[in-house]
Amino acid sequence: MAFQTKSPAWTRGTRSALLAGAALALTLSAADANTLRWARVADALTLDPHSQNEGPTSTLLHHIYETLVSRATDGSLQPRLATEWSIHPDDDTVWVFKLREGVTFHDGSAFTAEDVVFSVNRVTAESSGFKALHAAVESAEAVDDHTVHIKMTGPSPLYVQNMTNFFIMDKDWAEANGVELPQNFAAGEENYAVRNANGTGPYTLVSRDPEVRTVLQHFEGHWAEAPEVTEIIYTPISEAATRVAALLSGEVDVVQDVPVQDIARLEQTEGITVTAGPENRNIFFSYDMTSERLASANVDDNPFAKPEVREAMALALDRDAIQQVVMRGQSQPSAAPLPPFVNGWTEEMNAYGAPDYDRAAELIREAGYPDGFSVDLNCPNDRYLNDEAICQALVGMLSRIGMNVNLVSQTRSLHFPLIENWETDFYLLGWGVPTFDSAYVFNFLVHTREGSYGSYNGARYSNPELDEKIEALATMTDLEARDALIAEIWDKVMEDRVFLNVHNQMLAYAMRDGINLEVHPENQPNMTTVTFSD
Amino acid sequence: MLAYIIRRLLQSVLVMLVVALVSFSLFRFVGDPINSMVGQETSIADRDALRTQLGLNDPFLVQFAGFIGRAVQGDFGISYRLQQPVMELILSRLPATLELALISGIVAFVLGVGFGVYTALRRRGWLSNAIMTVSLIGVSLPTFLIGVLLIWVFAVELQWLPSFGRGDVVWVGGWPTGLLTASGRASLVLPAITLGLYQMTLIMRLVRAEMLEVLRADYIKFARARGLSNRAVNFGHALKNTMVPVITITGLQLGSIIAFAIITETVFQWPGVGALFINSVRFVDVPVMAAYLMLIALIFVVINLIVDLLYYVVDPRLRVDRANARH
Repeated sequence: MAFQTKSPAWTRGTRSALLAGAALALTLSAADANTLRWARVADALTLDPHSQNEGPTSTLLHHIYETLVSRATDGSLQPRLATEWSIHPDDDTVWVFKLREGVTFHDGSAFTAEDVVFSVNRVTAESSGFKALHAAVESAEAVDDHTVHIKMTGPSPLYVQNMTNFFIMDKDWAEANGVELPQNFAAGEENYAVRNANGTGPYTLVSRDPEVRTVLQHFEGHWAEAPEVTEIIYTPISEAATRVAALLSGEVDVVQDVPVQDIARLEQTEGITVTAGPENRNIFFSYDMTSERLASANVDDNPFAKPEVREAMALALDRDAIQQVVMRGQSQPSAAPLPPFVNGWTEEMNAYGAPDYDRAAELIREAGYPDGFSVDLNCPNDRYLNDEAICQALVGMLSRIGMNVNLVSQTRSLHFPLIENWETDFYLLGWGVPTFDSAYVFNFLVHTREGSYGSYNGARYSNPELDEKIEALATMTDLEARDALIAEIWDKVMEDRVFLNVHNQMLAYAMRDGINLEVHPENQPNMTTVTFSD
Repeated sequence: MLAYIIRRLLQSVLVMLVVALVSFSLFRFVGDPINSMVGQETSIADRDALRTQLGLNDPFLVQFAGFIGRAVQGDFGISYRLQQPVMELILSRLPATLELALISGIVAFVLGVGFGVYTALRRRGWLSNAIMTVSLIGVSLPTFLIGVLLIWVFAVELQWLPSFGRGDVVWVGGWPTGLLTASGRASLVLPAITLGLYQMTLIMRLVRAEMLEVLRADYIKFARARGLSNRAVNFGHALKNTMVPVITITGLQLGSIIAFAIITETVFQWPGVGALFINSVRFVDVPVMAAYLMLIALIFVVINLIVDLLYYVVDPRLRVDRANARH
C-alpha cells in the first residue's frame, strides 16, 4: 500500500544522546501500512453494548458489535445486520426485521433471530442505558431463524430511527458468561461484558488497557467486503495540545476531536489534512418564560414572559459575529433550533436577519423596563465547543439593549442539574437529535414536563394544545400528515420564541495526508470507511 | 519507643478520618454524577431512581458513615465511569505513577545535589549563573507549560521522544514496568523532567545555601588548615553535613511528587492515578475520587511516619539523651 509512514526518530532505532548524556537506543517496528492509529479525547467507558449511552463508547463499539441498521454520513439509514425492515402490513404496532444470513459472531457461533430477541430484552432492562430509546417496545419474537417481530405498545412508525446504537449480542455467549443484564452499579460487582466482547463487527478485540490503548484486528469471518484498515490502535489523549502534538509528530494517524483554535493552523501544516462537516448538535439559549418572577432578576415580574423581551433578544443576537470571532468560522449560524438534516427543518426557520440594537433597546423599554433589568445567565464551560465564549459574546450584545446579564459559567456536572431542577432563569444548552426527527426535540424540550416528557424543558413552556399534537406524532403512520403536523408545531414554537438558537456545531477530524475519512454527523466515524491514497 | 509508635499510629488514623470527612464534604460541590451516567433521553423519574439506588439522596452523614464502613473493609465500590471495582482500578494505575514519581525524584535528587554543590563552590562562574537563572525559570513556569514546551521541542520539532503515553510495558512479578523496554524508557524522559524540575530546583537551592553556610564554619577552616585536599574538605566534610536537611526534604517531597503528578500525567496522557483522578473529577465519579484522596492521604501519613521514626533512629542526640536517662 502506497502509504508512507513518517516515523519519528525514536522509532527508527537511531541513537540519540539525550539530556545528561543518557543515551537511548530505541527500536520499534514502524507501524504497519494497514494500521490506523486513532486518537480522540476520551476512551469508551465500557465494552458492554447496552450499558452507557455515550458517544465515544458507541463509536468504539460500532467496530466490534453491529446494529440492525446504521446511520450513513449523510444521515440516511443503511442496512447492516437487518437487510429489510418494515411495519407489519396487518398490524401497525409490529416491526418486521429480515436478518442478514451467513453472519457469525467472533467466537464462530451463528447470528440468528434468537440473538436479536435476547438483545431487545437486554436493552430494555432496568439497568440499560438505552432503555428510554426503546421504551415503546412491548416484546420481541423470533418468527424464524432470520425474521424478528418487535411488538410495540402502539403504532411507532419511527422506532427504527432509535436503533442506530442498538448493538446485537450473542445470546449463548452472554448466558455462558452470566451477562444477561447490563452492569448494575448498586450491585457492586463488575460485569464480564465490561471488558470482554463477542460481536459480529468488522474488528475483533485483541487487547484493551482502559484509557491507555485498545487494539482491534480485522475479523476474517466478517460478512462484508474487507476494509482497507486491518488493524486499529485506539488511544485516548485527553489534553488537546498533546493530541495535536501526537498527530504532528507522527505518533497517531487520525485525531477525532480537534480543538477549534487549531483547525486553521493544522490546515496549513504540510502533511496534515483536515475534514470538517456539520455535527448533529445545535447550540441555543432558552429562558424561563412561565414563572411569575425570576429568582435572579432585579425586577418584580418575569421579563422573559413578555414577547417583546424575547423578540428584543433575538434582534440583539449577532450570529455572524459569533461565527467569525468566537468559532473562527467553524459553525453554521442558524435561527432554527435543530440541525439541517433532521426531519422538520426548513430553510424558512433557518433564516435570520441582521441585528438591530436600536429596535431591540426600544422593545425592552416598551416592555416596561425603561432602565433595563439584570438577570443571571448559566453556561457550561466544558461541554460544547467554546461554550463559555459564546455566552460571553451574548452578554456583550445584550448589554447594548439595556440587559445587564451576569454570567455564571461552570462545569457540566453543575450546569445541567440546574436545567433539570428548574433552578436557572436563562441558560445555554446544546441538543443533538439522534433519531433525526423533530419529535425528539418536542418530546424533551417543548412538551410540558410530565412523566418521560419535557425533562430538558427548562423554559417551563407549557401548551396543552401542542402537548396533544406532540403525543399524536408518536403513533401517526401517515407520514405526510405527520410532517404537516410537525411543521404546525414548529410554527407555534418559533412564534413563541421558546429557543434563541445560535448555530449548529461543526466537527473536524485531522489526519495525515493519504488517509480519507469523512466526518460523521453523529461523530461516530467508522474506520471501515477509511481509504488510503497516495 | 513502642508507645511513641502507637501514639503516632493513632494520630495517623485521625488524620485519615479528617481527610475523608473533608474530601467527602467537597464532593457535594463537584456536581451531579447522574448527568454523566445516563443519556439525555432519560426521564427525571429514572434519574431520581438511579440517584436513590446509589444512595446519593441520603443525608451527608449517612453517606459518609457508609463510605467509611465499607472503606475499612477495603471496599471502595464500583466506578460510575468505568464500571470496574475502584480498588482494582487504582492498583492497576498505581505502578505507572510510582515509577514516574520515583524516577523523577531520583533525577531531581542527583541533579539537584550536583548542581547545588557546583554553584556553591564556583559561586561566580558563568556556568553557575546560567544554572541559577535556568532554575529560576524552572520554579516560575507552571508545570503544564513546561510539559507542553518539552513536547513541542522534543516530540514535534526534533521527534526524538514520544509525546504521550507510557510506551510498552513488561510485567515483572505482577508489576507492569516501562523501564525494561526502549519505548517505555523513551516515554519516561519528558514526564520525569517535567515533574522533577521543580523539586530539582528546590533541592539545588537548598544544597547551595547549606553548602555556603557550612563552608564558612570553623571546622572547615580547621580542615583546610590541616592540609586536607579540597576534595576531602568539600565532599567529606562540607557536603556530608549539608545532607541531613536535604534528605528530609527529599523524602517529604516524594509524597508531593506523587500527589502533584496529576498535571504531568494529564499533559502526557500518562496512565497513572493522577490522570485517573482528573478524568473522575470531570465525570463526578465519586467512588474513585474518594478512594484516590484517601490513598494520597495514606501516602503522606506513611511517609511522615517513616520520617519521624527515622529521626528517632538517625539523630544521635536523641539516642544519647535516652542513654543518659537510663543511667
